[in-house]
Amino acid sequence: MNMQEHDFATAPVQIKELADLVRFSLRVRPEHRADMAAALAMELPQKVGDRAGFATGETLCLGPDEWLILTTEPAALVDAAREAYARLPHSLTEISDREITLRLTGPQVLDLLATGCPRDIEALAEGRAVRTVFDSATVVLWRDGPAEFRMDIWRSFAPHVRSLLAQAEAELIAGL
Amino acid sequence: MLLINCPYCEETLPELEFAYAGEAHIDRPADPSALTDEEWRDFLFIRTNARGTHFERWRHIGCGRFFNAARDTVSDRFLTTYKAGQPRPDLKEAAE
Repeated sequence: MNMQEHDFATAPVQIKELADLVRFSLRVRPEHRADMAAALAMELPQKVGDRAGFATGETLCLGPDEWLILTTEPAALVDAAREAYARLPHSLTEISDREITLRLTGPQVLDLLATGCPRDIEALAEGRAVRTVFDSATVVLWRDGPAEFRMDIWRSFAPHVRSLLAQAEAELIAGL
Repeated sequence: MLLINCPYCEETLPELEFAYAGEAHIDRPADPSALTDEEWRDFLFIRTNARGTHFERWRHIGCGRFFNAARDTVSDRFLTTYKAGQPRPDLKEAAE
């Protein structure tokens, strides 16, 4: 189905909910990181906040022993992990439904994020992502471009975060 | 707002991303049944309540890790932070 996408060039921000993604949480001890990356045929970045792409998705390092994996081929990922399980103890859990993802774009998107996020978002480099808080709700914030972000919000917090974003958006439109 | 350096992320970040988690360097007794009630009470509840330098645990929401910090309870200044499991740092050395 084709959907018409409106692009209001004058709008300070655009907030759009993305279609469902397949997400996995991978926990593995740092000493097994390199072997696990080889077994899954993907890069597992070492530094917290770094991202890496692979053939069918993307990985993000959330902590010293924690990675978030987005993939379009979940079956292949699960099979590869199952095969490595005996020699590389780890936990690979599907968490697709845990969060919803919003795409936030527009010239004033930094102002929008600053209304709820204590971190210096401007200092977050393009191509990185961090877990942070938005008005006390834990979110993962991906920076895809100078004014382009993705925000993963835990499902139960989504109405709260979305209502705050809508309020901030209205204030930005009104020029406050 | 306090700025806290996370030793795992190696970044200095706002306090709102962190949660306080009590005094650091308190080891759980290896054999709790061998302790008297008074010793067990002390382990559970009695804390130093220091005026001045205090070693304490914090958790960073970003990387999900507990770490230790030395904070001055009078000035609220963080003297240093270090990874969990490391010994108490020599603060005189850190200050120089």
